[in-house]
Amino acid sequence: MVHWTAEEKQLIASVWGKVSVEECGAEALARLLIVYPWTQRFFDNFGNLSSPTAIIGNPKVRAHGKKVLTSFGEAIKNLDNLKGTYSKLSELHCEKLHVDPENFRLLGDILVVVLAAHFGKDFSPACQATWQKLVGVVAHALAHKYH
Amino acid sequence: VLSASDKANVKAVFAKIGGQAEEYGAETLERMFATYPQTKTYFPHFDLGKGSAQVKGHGKKVAAALVEAANHVDDIAGALSKLSDLHAQKLRVDPVNFKLLGQCFLVVVASHNPALLTPEVHASLDKFLCAVGTVLTAKYR
Repeated sequence: MVHWTAEEKQLIASVWGKVSVEECGAEALARLLIVYPWTQRFFDNFGNLSSPTAIIGNPKVRAHGKKVLTSFGEAIKNLDNLKGTYSKLSELHCEKLHVDPENFRLLGDILVVVLAAHFGKDFSPACQATWQKLVGVVAHALAHKYH
Repeated sequence: VLSASDKANVKAVFAKIGGQAEEYGAETLERMFATYPQTKTYFPHFDLGKGSAQVKGHGKKVAAALVEAANHVDDIAGALSKLSDLHAQKLRVDPVNFKLLGQCFLVVVASHNPALLTPEVHASLDKFLCAVGTVLTAKYR
């Protein structure tokens, strides 16, 4: 089980409290598809992903980004039981969606960059360290049921 | 492979960063040591405490190398050839660590200059940092 210090929990809560899940989710997913274009392989049915502008404006990307980040919010509410919280989602990503877990790490890194852009100087090194730990642990939990 | 627009984006980023590159280098290292403690194993001889003069000095070197690569973006391998030799023969930093440094550099740019790091520029800069890492580990074996 992952151990979270009081400071880490505080850094997670204070950032999350100021995040727009819809905006941030859309931004993170769009950047994932732009910065690592091979990740578009999972979204053939999303329509126009032909350019950064198309991706950013794509309503399915926005909607899915919001969905992904909303789920992230669940993780934050259950920091002491991430594996349990993500058990079914992990099975889904393995058995139905066939997503290489490396993609979870890529999205996690992108999310950290998006948060840095949003929070500027407030996104201190300690804050970054906590959030990189969080995205890493989430990625690990999502990969846990893979077989 | 860096496209023409990637190269233009990279040059624009470093032009905008200008004289702050050294500061960005130091902050990149500070963030890397905080976020990925295993990277500290390469610096047992350094004081890694807050405000360390050694970290600042080393950050300056790292930044200078990135600036050099950006200024010679058409031939990064040529520009960083000596550094590549150094990493292969002496430093032997495990290749995974270049990604970690790259991530922290992106975070520094994002936190200081969010408007500069559009998705397209983010992609170009990430590609550039990967290319630098590849060059520095190219002679490892």
